[in-house]
Amino acid sequence: MSIPLSWYLILAAALFCIGLFGVLSRKNAIAILLGIELMLNAVNINLVAFWRYLDPSRMAGQVFAIIVFATAAAEVAVGLALIISVYRRRSTILADEIDLMKW
Amino acid sequence: MEKIILWLLPLPPLLAFFVILVLTNKNRALSHGLAIGAAGLSWLGTMIIFVRALGIPQFGKNVIESGFNWLPTGSTWLQIGVLLDPTSAVTLFFVAWTILMIFVYSIGYHNYGQPAGEHDQKGLPPGGAMVTDEHGHAHKVPSVEPMYSRFFAFICLFAFGMYTLVVSNNLLTLFVGWEIMGLCSYLLIGFWYAKPAARDAAVKAFMTTRVGDVFMLLGIAFLYSATGTLSFREIFRPVVLHVLATTVTPFFGLSAAGLIGLLIFIGTVGKSAQFPLHVWLPDAMEGPTPVSAMIHAATMVSAGVYLVVRMFPLITADFNGQTLTPTMSAIAFIGTFTALFAATIAVAQNDIKKVLAYSTISQLGFMIAAVGVGAYVAAVFHLVTHAFFKALLFLGSGSVIHGMQHGALHSGDEADPQDMFNMGGLRRKMPLTFWTFLIGGFALSGFPILTAGFWSKDEILAEAFGNGHWVIFAALATAAFLTAFYTMRQITLTFFGPPRSQAAEHASETPWTMTVPLIVLAVFAVGFGWLGIPEQFPILGGILPNWFHAFVGGTLQTPPTEPLFNFIPLLTSLGVSLIGLFCGWWVYRGVRSPQTDFLQIPLLKNKYYIDEIYNRLLVKPAMWISEQFTYLFLDRTIIDGLLHSVARLALFLGGAFRNYVDKPVINGLIGDGTATVVKVSGFNLRKIQAGRIQYYMIVSITVLVIIAALLYFLHFLLA
Amino acid sequence: MTPDQIIFLISAVLILVSALMVVITHNLVHAALWLVAALFGVAVLFAILNASFLAVVQVVVYIGAIAVLFVFAVMLTRKELRDRGTQTRANWWIPALLGVLILAGLAYLILGQPDVSRTAPAIPAGVDTLRALGTALVSPDGYALPFEAASVLLLAALVGAVYVAVGRKS
Repeated sequence: MSIPLSWYLILAAALFCIGLFGVLSRKNAIAILLGIELMLNAVNINLVAFWRYLDPSRMAGQVFAIIVFATAAAEVAVGLALIISVYRRRSTILADEIDLMKW
Repeated sequence: MEKIILWLLPLPPLLAFFVILVLTNKNRALSHGLAIGAAGLSWLGTMIIFVRALGIPQFGKNVIESGFNWLPTGSTWLQIGVLLDPTSAVTLFFVAWTILMIFVYSIGYHNYGQPAGEHDQKGLPPGGAMVTDEHGHAHKVPSVEPMYSRFFAFICLFAFGMYTLVVSNNLLTLFVGWEIMGLCSYLLIGFWYAKPAARDAAVKAFMTTRVGDVFMLLGIAFLYSATGTLSFREIFRPVVLHVLATTVTPFFGLSAAGLIGLLIFIGTVGKSAQFPLHVWLPDAMEGPTPVSAMIHAATMVSAGVYLVVRMFPLITADFNGQTLTPTMSAIAFIGTFTALFAATIAVAQNDIKKVLAYSTISQLGFMIAAVGVGAYVAAVFHLVTHAFFKALLFLGSGSVIHGMQHGALHSGDEADPQDMFNMGGLRRKMPLTFWTFLIGGFALSGFPILTAGFWSKDEILAEAFGNGHWVIFAALATAAFLTAFYTMRQITLTFFGPPRSQAAEHASETPWTMTVPLIVLAVFAVGFGWLGIPEQFPILGGILPNWFHAFVGGTLQTPPTEPLFNFIPLLTSLGVSLIGLFCGWWVYRGVRSPQTDFLQIPLLKNKYYIDEIYNRLLVKPAMWISEQFTYLFLDRTIIDGLLHSVARLALFLGGAFRNYVDKPVINGLIGDGTATVVKVSGFNLRKIQAGRIQYYMIVSITVLVIIAALLYFLHFLLA
Repeated sequence: MTPDQIIFLISAVLILVSALMVVITHNLVHAALWLVAALFGVAVLFAILNASFLAVVQVVVYIGAIAVLFVFAVMLTRKELRDRGTQTRANWWIPALLGVLILAGLAYLILGQPDVSRTAPAIPAGVDTLRALGTALVSPDGYALPFEAASVLLLAALVGAVYVAVGRKS
């Protein structure tokens, strides 16, 4: 491979920041979860890149990435379930309107 | 032994005073018993040492003296002590006798043994009690004095003061006795304190004598600073007297001796009621009659004469025997003037006691005039005889008033029992009083040979004449004439003729406690004069030695010689007394009422308006100053104003602090401010808890970035 | 420019553009579809990185399950079939700024690390990465425990999601 490691890392950082932007600036709760997914994918890219570039014989990198997959799936499932449940109660999915836990 | 008695003489009355006041106030018999006992003890002591003193030859040189160091004054001590020399011996003699007689008299005067009156209150004279006898008749009898014990306590204190004054050997304790008597005079004149007239008279007496006392104190102070001692024997040493006599003071060119003598004499002017400080003595008749007798006849006013007699060596320190020094001239002038002046007033008085008051002033003038011309022995002689017969006269007048009051209670007469024009015919109703009063009156008038007053007054006139003081002689002779005249006027109006009122009609004799002292004093009024018959007197002179002259004259450094006998003063005194007595009787035997009395001249009756002049000139301005100036201006406006200003300033400052510092800064800024800051910041800061997740996350990631940057730079820069 | 690099660049552009569209687009369904594209690009990257199993898992799980799940959720949570109003907050510039800053910071840090431009080492001969992965996942000396824990996690998530989503009726 002749792709420098830095390219992967900077790509992952960019993807992470885009995801962060999405989390912080979207009104819709589901859109926020979309941003989170992007961030998780950025993490995965990082993990796999490091696995490949540092020591491909150790499986820790890939295993970690698989765990992240599982975690992301679980999180999306639960998160969407919550959002649907909240939508049923309050007929809204705008994050700003879900603000009962306040002063 | 005599020294111990001398020290102890003033003590019994003082103890009696305290015991009566504290313990026996309720028990009348015990109180007067204690008082009489104390007076009797002092009388006994006096008699003992008097007899002893008589036995000491050259007593004037070998006096009995005892002293001790009292106050430390730098390197020396101020000594006080007792002294018995001839002058003080005879003074003690008459003081002891008169005090004892007056004390006994007071028992009867205050109606001991009578019931208490129903309407009697403390502070007013007793007004009589209703008594029903066995037949059912109710009539009024004299009632006992409600403040009986208090009276005896006061006269005991007074006796203490007089004894102290007479036995002391220095001016300091003399002054102590002087002031104690001044206090008792105030207390006793104002004895019936519920009478406004009595209260005013007491204050007047105190104030007037005070004026004299101020000057006397100045004299004493000057004397002390000039000589460093106040003891008589020390002062009268020839070398000291010579220094005082030759030191010239800036006042009128007087020598120190003259100035001190003059200042001390002013004290006597106050105490012995000489012009111009005589105004208190007639008003002092408001007190009970024993008080008038004791204070104003026998003892207190005599103390003034005693003082000036004591100071005789000082007064005559620069006297060369011929021309009078300025001090002596002043003394002689005041004495003579007072004698004549008071005698003229006495002829127009209607109150029996007022006549005697002015008579006292006049006779004291005689004594002072005698001192002024240098007649030492004559002055002392007259002092002693006057004490006896004046006390006799006052007690007699008290007896008359008592009889009149008894008659008034009996008959219901409301007339003034002291007005002579309401009396008359008391000769038959009160014989003992009459005869003793007559003896006293004759003594006062100088009835020849038989009465003591004749001998003493004659000696004064002889001295005045013999030393060439014609004016003084003539004035004193005129005063003697007037004395005889008004005395006989008094006796005629009181005792002769028909009773002029119901009270006089029903008057009766007074009890033995009052008449026995009269008799005793009458004996002295007659007999004492025979101790001083001049050697050169025709027929009678030489039978009895002039014991008095020899005895008392020995007090001085150079005993004085008797005046050369001259017929002119003798005939003058004989003449004025007999003619005066006759005129008095002749004019007044037919007078029934004041309207027919041609001597009721308003000027004389109103005492030359001197009281009114003093009131306008001195009393009213003084009261104005005290009211307007001192009270309203100084005290209220300035001092209180100052205090009020301070208070207002404090209030203002307090208010200012409260309103400008405490409330806004401390309460507002610090107290409320912190609370408000906390509240407002909390109110505003809680909005952070918006409940919106993205908001939280934005904030937290921002902070994270900032912290990361900080840490990076710190780490990077510092590492 | 080697072929790998070209493929990488194409994939990178795809990923970044798709991600950008995910967070910008107004229509939520479009956003979910753009997510699919981004995920696909990531799968390609995995393939280049010799993590073939992961590439496949990425497509199957992420795209096949999660993205579909997103579409379902979007459908279920709208009153109408259209998104109304703006979809980004009023203060979107703050997150944008933050993102830029973080990117800059991370890039700076990454490029500052030593030897960051290395190229990938060759895979040692005889190492079968797939077999090694499988062995590692289930071997007790390997990562069996995290694997089992992940399955428990998935179970819990499953149960929880069902419970929460079903609501009162059950």
